[in-house]
Formats: sequence, C-alpha cells, structure tokens
Amino acid sequence: MTEAATTDPVHDFIAKAVADHPVILFMKGVPDQPRCGFSQQVVQILDQLGVDFVGVDVLQSEPLRQGIKAFSDWPTIPQLYVKGEFVGGCDIVREMYQSGELQDFLQQQGVVAS
Amino acid sequence: MPMRIEDLEAALREGFPNAEIQVDDLAGDGDHYRARIVSSAFNGLPRIKQHQLVYAALKGKMGGELHALALETSTPA
Repeated sequence: MTEAATTDPVHDFIAKAVADHPVILFMKGVPDQPRCGFSQQVVQILDQLGVDFVGVDVLQSEPLRQGIKAFSDWPTIPQLYVKGEFVGGCDIVREMYQSGELQDFLQQQGVVAS
Repeated sequence: MPMRIEDLEAALREGFPNAEIQVDDLAGDGDHYRARIVSSAFNGLPRIKQHQLVYAALKGKMGGELHALALETSTPA
C-alpha cells in the first residue's frame, strides 16, 4: 500500500483518496442511504462515535468496486481506512467498537474528540 | 449466488485442518453465513491478517459466490 504511483488509475485514485481523507469508508450506497446492511452497520458505528468521515459509493463504478478489493487484498465491502491504513470490514469494525478498541484507536489517531 | 453450507465448511476444514470450526446459516438462504474458527494458525496475527487467511482458504469465493460471511476468528485458549 505504500508503493509509488502505478499506471493503474483506479489504484492511484484509491491511494489518493485514502491519503487525502483521515477517515474514509468505501461502501455500497452513500452514508445517508446505505444500500447494504454491512455498510449501514459501519456508518451507524461511525455516526455513533461522532466521527467525521467521507463515504465513497463503490456501486457507482465497477472498476472501483474491483479495485478496492485488490488495493487492500480484501474481498468484501465495506472497507474502512483511517489515516491511510486499512482498518477492516464490517466484522472487525463492529468487534472493535464493541470492545471499546475502536474508540481508543480513533482518539489516538486524533480523528474523534476524546 | 448461494453456496451450500457443506461446501463452505469443507473449504474451511481444508484450509484449517486442526481448527475448531462452526458455521451457521444466518438467514436460511444459503447466502449469509457466520463462521467461528478457532485455530492456532491465527497465533500472533492481527485480525485483518486472520480474516485474510480465511479468505485465502476460500480461494476467491468470498465476494463472489459467497456474498456474506461474518467471521469470528480466535486462537485456542
């Protein structure tokens, strides 16, 4: 994930997006209207924690939908990135939220008020 | 596209021969499963890596014929 720019425009778009936005969620649908229950769960958790995040709807672009899976070597959507690092999908985010780990992590990263 | 629970379980057992594996069909539609896997293969790995091992064992089926698989991975106590 740290390699220099490639000739793959989708990869470059994703790399730039995760670098530009401290908290970014690749999801199905948009935050106000998720189109998959798993994406919805992650949106709800982030809202609950008062995290300011950017949502990217992968359903708008098939190359993006496939590209994000290759980018992270992760086969499913949603995918949450914080400060350029892949945090996880729905299961991991939910587990971290339930254990309190997510709140601590987001505070450490300075993306949510403590 | 649904996947039979037997096929899913067989693929997981092949990937994690000595693991404790429990698969549940959450919605009864052959498309939304939960797998609990307790394996020493996960020792010392962060959760992302643990789940990536499981996806690797499923050989590309995840996100393809398998739409939803909730994963709970852990190591033997």
